[in-house]
Amino acid sequence: MAPQELLLNYLPIVVFLVIATGLACVMVLASFIAAKQKPDAEKLSAYECGFEPFGDARSKFDVRFYLVSILFIIFDLEIAFLFPWAVTLGSIGLYGFWSMMVFLGVLTIGFIYEWRKGALDWE
Amino acid sequence: MIPPVFVAPSLAVAFPLIFLAGMSLMLLLLGVARKTEDFKSVNNLAIFSLLAVAIVVARFSDERMEGLNGLFVSDPFAILMQIMVLVGAAVALSMTPRYVERERLMRIEYPILVMLSTLGMMVMITSNDLMTLYLGIELQSLPLYVLAAMQRDTVKSTEAGLKYFILGALSSGMLLYGCSLLYGYAGTTNYTALQLALTAEAGMAPGVVVGMVLLMIGIAFKLAAAPFHMWVPDVYEGAPTSVTAFFALVPKIAALALMIRLLSGPFENMVDQWRQVIIILSVLSMAVGAIAAIAQTNIKRLLAYSSIGHVGFALLGLAADNAEGARAVIVYAMFYMVMTAGAFAIVLMMKRKDRMVEQIADLAGLARSQPLVAAAMTIIMFSMAGIPPLAGFFSKLFVFQAIIDAQLYALAVFGVIASVVSAYYYLRVIKVMYFDDPADEALDRSNDPALTGVLTISVAVLLFFIILPTSVLTWAREAAAALAQ
Amino acid sequence: MVTAGKRNWLPISKPTRPTGKERQQTMIESLFFYVLSGVLVLSALMVISAQNPVHAVLFLILAFFNAAGLFVLLGAEFLAMILVIVYVGAVAVLFLFVVMMLDINFAELRRGMGRYLPLSGLVGTVMLVEFFWIFSKWTSDTAAVAPHMRHAPLEVSNTHALGQVLYTHYAYIFQLSGLILLVAMIGAITLTLRHRPNVRRQEVSRQVDRHPKDVLRVEKINSGEGVS
Repeated sequence: MAPQELLLNYLPIVVFLVIATGLACVMVLASFIAAKQKPDAEKLSAYECGFEPFGDARSKFDVRFYLVSILFIIFDLEIAFLFPWAVTLGSIGLYGFWSMMVFLGVLTIGFIYEWRKGALDWE
Repeated sequence: MIPPVFVAPSLAVAFPLIFLAGMSLMLLLLGVARKTEDFKSVNNLAIFSLLAVAIVVARFSDERMEGLNGLFVSDPFAILMQIMVLVGAAVALSMTPRYVERERLMRIEYPILVMLSTLGMMVMITSNDLMTLYLGIELQSLPLYVLAAMQRDTVKSTEAGLKYFILGALSSGMLLYGCSLLYGYAGTTNYTALQLALTAEAGMAPGVVVGMVLLMIGIAFKLAAAPFHMWVPDVYEGAPTSVTAFFALVPKIAALALMIRLLSGPFENMVDQWRQVIIILSVLSMAVGAIAAIAQTNIKRLLAYSSIGHVGFALLGLAADNAEGARAVIVYAMFYMVMTAGAFAIVLMMKRKDRMVEQIADLAGLARSQPLVAAAMTIIMFSMAGIPPLAGFFSKLFVFQAIIDAQLYALAVFGVIASVVSAYYYLRVIKVMYFDDPADEALDRSNDPALTGVLTISVAVLLFFIILPTSVLTWAREAAAALAQ
Repeated sequence: MVTAGKRNWLPISKPTRPTGKERQQTMIESLFFYVLSGVLVLSALMVISAQNPVHAVLFLILAFFNAAGLFVLLGAEFLAMILVIVYVGAVAVLFLFVVMMLDINFAELRRGMGRYLPLSGLVGTVMLVEFFWIFSKWTSDTAAVAPHMRHAPLEVSNTHALGQVLYTHYAYIFQLSGLILLVAMIGAITLTLRHRPNVRRQEVSRQVDRHPKDVLRVEKINSGEGVS
């Protein structure tokens, strides 16, 4: 496929983006122009079920959440490697097939490790 | 460079790498097979597999072999450096069990991360392509960051891990930028092809020069050469001491090997450009190592600065750009490892009432309470300072010979001055041991046979090198000669 | 700068003269290039200068999207998708997670900035000047470059082209990256996993093993008597 043709495939995305951005701008602008605006301090303050907000919205939280998301990213990347492999499996032969199997094997060992370690349990 | 038809490469050349990777995966499974982790057996098996791989590597043929589609190279230089790295890692692991037991770090991940990091170093040393180089460096450093932060309940250790990680990421960024500039110039990442493309003329192109310098900076970070050394003292101090021993012993050797490989391979024709960089790195490292170490009170920080200084001396040999120089660097790296192993064995012995201490002042009175350990420390410190007839003297001597051959006299004079200044703080340690009155009780006697063993071997090598110098020197010479091909 | 006979300036325009329609297409292409890279540079600038760290991460996401657009322009579709899926979908979300939930006073962190600005500004300027210098005098070794450096293989899709070399010619590198992922896994667990004592865990096997017979008792209750 010539590069030009390839780019033409992305035309719908461009059109979509243009319409989406345009629409968003129109909405914001329209409400800005058309609506009545009488701001005061109370109206602009953050709304928290009717009472004064107390404390910061940020609070320390358990590191286990990060662990889960990092493990997710690792397997996400593993999956990303599968795409080109799946597309070319017909032409890369047995060597290519086994090279992916070894790759998956290494990460499966990692998976067994984290399972046994209890990283997937939620206490 | 992509050959049109793919022929499956022989995996025989990569056997040591595959074996080490396989062993670390097996140990990972073995480690979690039972509910209670058995640190000791995993650690012993890790030491065993590292040494086994070293033997396999040593049996490799002396011929230069490229393999795995040109991504891998093996020659006497790579073999020697790999053996050093593997033995160094095994020594570092053998010194750990008692320490980690005391510090409650008995986790099976420890030896496995050391193994994987060592695997990364082997990949670096045998790299024949910028891509292998990068992945090797990442595989080497990622476990190191984790190891530094392993003692996660102490602020210092986590700080060490984080600092190391951030600066490591920065250096990786520079390295990659350098690689992409070189690729942009030559259209290839293979060392052999790069060597053909990077002629002396090419050295005039700004893109190539900046690319090469960025690549060298990336490696200088890993090598901890000044001015890219800022992380070293903090990481050495903060990381658990047994991890620090590993940091000091091994990764530098791999980084040094990589630097030598690049400068004598792809950048062979750009001597005029890289020599300036190496001289700056070397002079600054020697200066930092000599001056900043004087004010240190913590022995781990002292050894950190001392290692920066040693890297400066080793780079001095590279600046000579002759076979002598390469040989001198290899010999220097060898004795650096021996001295550092001994020094860290003593640091790991330092405890009072069963708690680790790491101030230089804590050594006071050691000469009376444990005269043998004090004598060993004296020999190591003398050797680091380069006092004859210890091995450290000869390694410095070879470096100076090489640069005098290359007619870099000013550099030689500077090296001698730096070495004299640094002798001051090595001698101070000795003075504290022999002449200072202990402020507290004497240090506990070590009952760890592994530490005693490492210390004995280290001191023996330093003392008796003068009797049997030839085998080491021939080995280094052969390795250096292989580079020139 | 002396250019030797064997090296040339990297050709900027295409060797053959483009027809009118082709020229129009290249123009649109370069228009997109400038829009995408302009937004990319601006949002990268905002990442480091935004007062609110959450905004900084949102700008980072915008930057990733624009970089993905640039990859598409180059014909590197696969990389563009990976950038969107992995970086925007996972990494940036994790970033957002961290900055929103960490209990850090960011105003405090920024206080030191004035002190470091001169030095970092100097280093940054030096780098910038160097890069201008490089690209104003860029040369490449045409003899070496010509056979290898192609725009992107035209006959097959980018994903296909990658797949054809990644698992065969570069299998060694591929396996190394697998090991790096493994290290990341081990590292994440080593540094963050803690087992707390005195926590009642879910034991799936015990739950499955439980039989109604063992834990349920059916009783007939006569009205007005209650259960004993």
